[in-house]
Amino acid sequence: MKEKILAAIDKNSKITAADLAIMLGATEEEIVSLIKQMEDESVICGYPTLINWDKIEYERVTALIELKVTPQRGLGFDKIAERIYQFDEVQSVYLMSGGFDLTVILEGRTMREVANFVSEKLAPMDAILSTATHFVLKKYKEHGLPLVQTKHDERMLITP
Amino acid sequence: MRNPLAKVVVNMPPSGIRKFFDIVSEMKDAISLGVGEPDFDTPWHVREEGIYSLEKGKTFYTSNAGLKELKQEICNYLKRRFDLEYDYNKETIVTVGGSEAIDIAMRAMLEPGDEVLIPQPCYVSYHPCTVLAGGTPVVIELKGENDFKLTRQELIDAITEKTKILVLAFPNNPTGAIMDYEDLKNIVDVIIEHDLIVISDEIYSELTYDKEHVSIASFPGMKERTIVINGFSKSYAMTGWRLGYAVGPELIIEQMIKIHQFAIMCAPTTSQYAGVEALKNGDSDVAMMRDAYDKRRRYLIHSLRKMGLECFEPFGAFYVFPCIKSLGMTSEEFATKLLQEEKVAVVPGTAFGDCGEGYLRISYAYSIENLKIALERMERFVERYKK
Repeated sequence: MKEKILAAIDKNSKITAADLAIMLGATEEEIVSLIKQMEDESVICGYPTLINWDKIEYERVTALIELKVTPQRGLGFDKIAERIYQFDEVQSVYLMSGGFDLTVILEGRTMREVANFVSEKLAPMDAILSTATHFVLKKYKEHGLPLVQTKHDERMLITP
Repeated sequence: MRNPLAKVVVNMPPSGIRKFFDIVSEMKDAISLGVGEPDFDTPWHVREEGIYSLEKGKTFYTSNAGLKELKQEICNYLKRRFDLEYDYNKETIVTVGGSEAIDIAMRAMLEPGDEVLIPQPCYVSYHPCTVLAGGTPVVIELKGENDFKLTRQELIDAITEKTKILVLAFPNNPTGAIMDYEDLKNIVDVIIEHDLIVISDEIYSELTYDKEHVSIASFPGMKERTIVINGFSKSYAMTGWRLGYAVGPELIIEQMIKIHQFAIMCAPTTSQYAGVEALKNGDSDVAMMRDAYDKRRRYLIHSLRKMGLECFEPFGAFYVFPCIKSLGMTSEEFATKLLQEEKVAVVPGTAFGDCGEGYLRISYAYSIENLKIALERMERFVERYKK
């Protein structure tokens, strides 16, 4: 049931417990308690909103930064990752396989803000060997959902 | 000028659904719960395969019965899902949707006077296809109290010396009823005893929500007397591709291919290549869609029952078939008023046979958001007319 709940709310966290209960064939109490349990266990970590900022007059830039770092003895990459993700500007941090170590996704108001953050906060850290910054030009799809929603129902109204 | 028309066609009543369609299409901002096709797009990898086949210039006829690779995949699929074994070469034909398969199966088998048993409510084409093929349709009126399944007694009562074919269409459009293993077992010996041929339209076979679909052809003694019709429209959301198939005894399929080769030539080549991809790699798409339908199904039944409408639980297809007799209106009155007053389109049960009177077909091939709005309006409507 937990997996069914997660699959159902993965793309729509607004769905109510009452509706979930009907759709999954469970009681509302059961759903509420399972969701609470998963929140307590940090299986569910939050309920953010997917916003297409390009649609409103609000300057906002996203950058993806590749980092090469020196892992620390006994701590691996966790310590440096933690130092980085504490910054509010940082949206995501992933440890990667392949040619570099960490991917950092940053959001800022302007390119200058992002550039400053990289050069003043990230690059000077002792463990960081190199950075490569890529700016996002346009977002097409995020969290499995297309940001450009143009589809409408083209089916005939009544068909046998 | 002489009368250019054939009596058999002129005398055929237009589909009941057509009449209602004309009313709905004049209504501008109506919300429809009236479609008989999936709301999902064809999975991208399937569409992509169709595009790729076009890019490679695969734009020629295929052999009449269909691409060898597709026929092989169809047989693999039927074996894997429903334990049906067919020879891809001799017992399989790829058709222009399940609809064509219904038509050519009737035409390959019917002699004037042969009777075809058609359990209603059902999809609209069995009756006219029987008539066009020169047969005599005999309607079996299924009952709400039996959850719209065909019972042994109903079958026995309808059989005469002239009965040749029984049409079975489960999971059913419009009722959503299924016939499970036990239900089928109850009628198999009657079919064999009376030497009937079954046209089993299993187009909704992937959309069952409680138990897995069982094909009547999988019973001992049934394979040699059953034409199984299936296709890609419902399971892979491929209605517009017009791709279906029939499998059955070589004796019958061979003759069906003959009609198909003169009337159709072959199913669309692009669609056939896309169909190969769907069968090879589409299982997870089917599971995803089935899961979404199931959620909506529960939601819809819950809401209808909350309104006080009697509604048996349908375990197949994507329709519910609530009873509105308690409101003292005919199906058509209800549907027309609901459309005019609340701008929600549903299909009167009578579009699928006279015994659909007192029922409505509501499709849940819509997003939950859409269903919610429509159901709120419908609830308002029912409140107003409740006695």
